[in-house]
Amino acid sequence: MAQLVLDRLKERFTAGEILETGSQHGNEWARVRREDWKAVCQFLRDDEATQMNMFIDLTCVDRFGREPRFDVVLHVYSTDKKHRVRLYGGASEEDPTIDSISSVWVGANWFEREAYDLYGIRFQGHPDLRRILMYPEFVGHPLRKDYPKEKRQPLVRRDPGRVD
Amino acid sequence: MGFDAYASNLADAVNWARKWSLFQYPFVTACCGMEFMATAASKYDIARFGAEFPRFSPRQADLLIIVGTITERQGPALRRIYDQMCEPKWVIAFGVCASTGGFYQNYSTMPGADQIVPVDVYIPGCPPRPEQVLDGLMMLQDRIQRGEGHSQVTLAAEKGYDVPIAAIRPVGASQHKPEKT
Repeated sequence: MAQLVLDRLKERFTAGEILETGSQHGNEWARVRREDWKAVCQFLRDDEATQMNMFIDLTCVDRFGREPRFDVVLHVYSTDKKHRVRLYGGASEEDPTIDSISSVWVGANWFEREAYDLYGIRFQGHPDLRRILMYPEFVGHPLRKDYPKEKRQPLVRRDPGRVD
Repeated sequence: MGFDAYASNLADAVNWARKWSLFQYPFVTACCGMEFMATAASKYDIARFGAEFPRFSPRQADLLIIVGTITERQGPALRRIYDQMCEPKWVIAFGVCASTGGFYQNYSTMPGADQIVPVDVYIPGCPPRPEQVLDGLMMLQDRIQRGEGHSQVTLAAEKGYDVPIAAIRPVGASQHKPEKT
């Protein structure tokens, strides 16, 4: 369905920016080199043929043990061309950074904050990269595979000795 | 001596009045809220038990009903609401999430609201049926009548009042009527 988008990407970016592309069950995806993440997004939005004008979703996957460890997953859609595509951007464990695309699609702002909160991905150039779901006192990033499953960080508890 | 007997009878009368005039503060956070509404609406009609009037200010309420999942992040807010309520006050944990955390066993969910506020009655269920809720409310009424509520006991101890015999009985024996002094 969105093969056109992949074709356009491969046509425009020929210096190794697009690491891999694929298609499964009618869903097209492309793996993007981390340094070119924002440029690719900008192109998809502005190109006449693709016109990806709608941000759908941005999240992260922790592929623990693989390098790069994190996949930043982006879904975008074109309301005019009616096609959608999924982009993967890698972020390594030692340096979990990637460019922020909240200046390309404003809607990505809070999604990047969520990915930062739960996975610790630092989005370079994000205007306000704070935690969005967990409280500021929280230490660590709870959806990382190496975060202890049972670990809790309570803000308040009753005194054990008190009836009330 | 005579005064003690008199005061004890007065406590009975006061507790009787309290148990039929509960002003509830519904702290509704999740899907249990639908079942809470069903309980409050005309078919099950919680008004029959004198608890029909939700007050959305903790200062006007004496029954905190915690309806739904409590996250760690909500903890300070819930504790503050409890602290703002006038004594004596009671707490019902409505549904299994408020009671124990339910099937959430993770970094964000508090394993039971009793981690931060003392709970008088736990109503399990996911969500509980309105009949269960009314049953729990009636249990709370019995508890209030016997003077066993957490804040009733604390209050009586702080003020130096006569703590009801029932309140110092071991946990688990509360299904039985208290012995007359």
